[in-house]
Amino acid sequence: MLYLRLITMRLLKAVVVLFMIIIFNFVLIQLAPGDPAAILAGEAGATDEEFLRQLRERFGLDQPMYVQLWRYVSGIAMLDFGFSYRQGVPVLDLILARLPATLLLTGTAFVLSLALGIVAGSLAAARVKKPSGSIIMTLALLFYATPLFWVALMSVVLFSVYLDLLPAYGMYTVGAGHTGLALVLDVGKHLILPATTLALFFMAIYTRMTRASMLEASQQDFVKTARAKGLKNSVIQRRHILRNALLPIITLAGLQAGQMVGGAILTETVFAWPGIGRLMFEALQQRDYNLLLGIFFFSAALVIVFNIITDLVYGLADPRIKEGS
Amino acid sequence: MKTPLALAIAAAALTVSAVHADEPRHGGTINTIIQPEPPGLVLGMIQNAPTRTVAGNIYEGLLRYTTDLEPMPQLATDWEVSEDGRTWTFHLRDDVTWHDGEPFTADDVVFSADVFHRELNPSARAVLQHIDSIEAIDDYTVEFTLDEPFGPFLISFEAGTFTMIPKHLYEGTDFRDNEHNNHPIGTGPFKFENWDRGTVIQLVRNDDYYEDDLPYLDGINWHIIPDGASRAVAYENGTVDVLPYGTVENFDIPRLSELDNTCMTEAGHEYFSPFAMLWMNNREGPTADKRFRQAVMYAMDREFARDVLWNGLGNVPLGAFGSNARFQNPDLDPYDHDPERARELLDEMGYDGEEVRLLPLPYGETWTRWAEAVQQNLREVGIEVRTEATDVGGWNQRLGDWDYDLAFTYLFQYGDPALGISRTYLSTNIERGSPWNNVEGYENERVDELFNEAATAFPDEEREALYHEVQEILQEDVPVGWLLELGFPTLYRCDVQDLVTSGVGVNDGFKDTWLDR
Repeated sequence: MLYLRLITMRLLKAVVVLFMIIIFNFVLIQLAPGDPAAILAGEAGATDEEFLRQLRERFGLDQPMYVQLWRYVSGIAMLDFGFSYRQGVPVLDLILARLPATLLLTGTAFVLSLALGIVAGSLAAARVKKPSGSIIMTLALLFYATPLFWVALMSVVLFSVYLDLLPAYGMYTVGAGHTGLALVLDVGKHLILPATTLALFFMAIYTRMTRASMLEASQQDFVKTARAKGLKNSVIQRRHILRNALLPIITLAGLQAGQMVGGAILTETVFAWPGIGRLMFEALQQRDYNLLLGIFFFSAALVIVFNIITDLVYGLADPRIKEGS
Repeated sequence: MKTPLALAIAAAALTVSAVHADEPRHGGTINTIIQPEPPGLVLGMIQNAPTRTVAGNIYEGLLRYTTDLEPMPQLATDWEVSEDGRTWTFHLRDDVTWHDGEPFTADDVVFSADVFHRELNPSARAVLQHIDSIEAIDDYTVEFTLDEPFGPFLISFEAGTFTMIPKHLYEGTDFRDNEHNNHPIGTGPFKFENWDRGTVIQLVRNDDYYEDDLPYLDGINWHIIPDGASRAVAYENGTVDVLPYGTVENFDIPRLSELDNTCMTEAGHEYFSPFAMLWMNNREGPTADKRFRQAVMYAMDREFARDVLWNGLGNVPLGAFGSNARFQNPDLDPYDHDPERARELLDEMGYDGEEVRLLPLPYGETWTRWAEAVQQNLREVGIEVRTEATDVGGWNQRLGDWDYDLAFTYLFQYGDPALGISRTYLSTNIERGSPWNNVEGYENERVDELFNEAATAFPDEEREALYHEVQEILQEDVPVGWLLELGFPTLYRCDVQDLVTSGVGVNDGFKDTWLDR
């Protein structure tokens, strides 16, 4: 019961926060120089006033700002995110069409980085004074310090150009007409490079964090007790140390999960992955405000959702937190 | 000086014509790249470059143009003009169908020109304002009556300007919300098949195309790859066979052009003939003084920019009229690279070292470097320059608000001075809010008169005299800086044959293309 009320409260707060974010984004975007109609006309090399006037009227840009804001907010209340200025397609359609690709990429990277990071971190913690532990930590530092786009470009050069093992870009082989299992395998092959690129950075962070908090936990009295009880080392590592070391990792995982919609701009661009990040970047350059606001809304909503989920997971990992709330 | 690369192009052109002895063969799908992704594919409703490049294969105009910009038949088989130059009659093919099977007739021509383009298309409007009436005489004859002769009339029927739009699908609808916009229907050699946004646009062969045997290709895949380096990789690893204009950065071109089985051509841009210019604000600051503007022209080493930044491609222009525009006056005094002369002019006007702001064009690395080169040139003669970087939106706004001293741009010449050149200098074209009109704020009554008379003078000899006079005035006044007629290379595998066959060949060439493999 208490739990349910907690979630209801959080959701109510979330709606208020989301509303404030919408207003804030709307105002922020008005401050950027450049007007969408002028950019569209510019792309077309159009010189006449009539063209600009038509576009402004069509987008409602000839209205005062408060009217535009009111139209936008009341639209969102009915889940109408308006039309993309540039593509003339409903914003919701564009976002929903791109969302699966992005979630596939960021989701894979999320699972990959979390799983590998925790495993590598635990190994490094268990082998703290051994060379194998140092190697893991050196690699983690390397991945942590290398810029994403560089890793992306170099992996393309190595795996696609020189070794010709993996496709360099895109989500599937154009014109191959794969269906069913063949399509799944094809997409999987295209997914390897971008997902790994995206995963490396967070994997490095998880590794470092897991190792640090496991080393800290292993100094605790209950670990000594467990050892005195005569438990096997592997059990101590897993049940006693790792579980206690998980909380900061969950916090971080919550942050990473919140970035799943908009956090892959660079990777999506280099690998021509047809996702939301690219859509957002292009919308920004083209001052496609409706589309941009729509994407902002979705990413904000996702951050809020994952914050709530993170809080719930805390309770699972450490029951004391649930009782305390 | 031409670089080895430019020579290599000339050599490649020779080799290509030698291979032509082979008979064209059917079959094969070509993979190429479109950059950036177009906003839509209904030509005429949308006029930007990537839309023209893809949709130029779906839609057609009444005429095509050779690389010398001479008209060729397309949907019209022949045409004649009355003796006073005011009435033009076009005879249409009677065997053309739209991609949905409906016949193409004179009614479609009248609807497209008089209704569709009049409402939506600014470049067609520039011509339409000279047209009094458009009538279908019978199903396959159309008559255009002009207020008075209009010099560029016959050059305006390229697919991207007066695109033929199916009347039966668009009449009486809200054009921009028409459901067929998502599945464009034209008369062209290729039909729209599929557009997976962010990934690929696919066209397939129009099996009912009216020209015998054409097209040879089974289809075209336009890959959409947002990153320049990834686009280069797509060519290197063999995924795509053609890299059209602007798909890879200029500094990558020498490397890519040396790959095996790689050819290059500069052709296919003659109609647009992009002309790079330096806006100079004629209203205020040092740039308001004509001697300062002349000094800028003498200070810039334009040949260096062409050879180093543009790989030796393109043409340093004599003045306001490029080599692909008609009626160029060859007797003008050129502005050679002469820093000494520039310093003299600056001394003469008493330039006090006031800083000027330079806006590069936010279109990639080459333009950024070009701005740096010009900044360096100007500093050598004592002009203080501050470069102010913007993104596309900011650049549009700054120019539209006239908030700059010097700014890079490039404009299409559209084959005739009355379409592509006069717009930059006519004082009636000064209007805030657009970066494409008379942005520099140049006002000269005589120039206005000459341009206006020349647009409607008849026949061509009269136009020529007027245009030659206006060029002399502009050469003296230097309203803007004339930088370079840009040469955009198309890179392709040498076994792709007949890739560019017209003056807008980058947009309509796949019609004749075949694969020799």
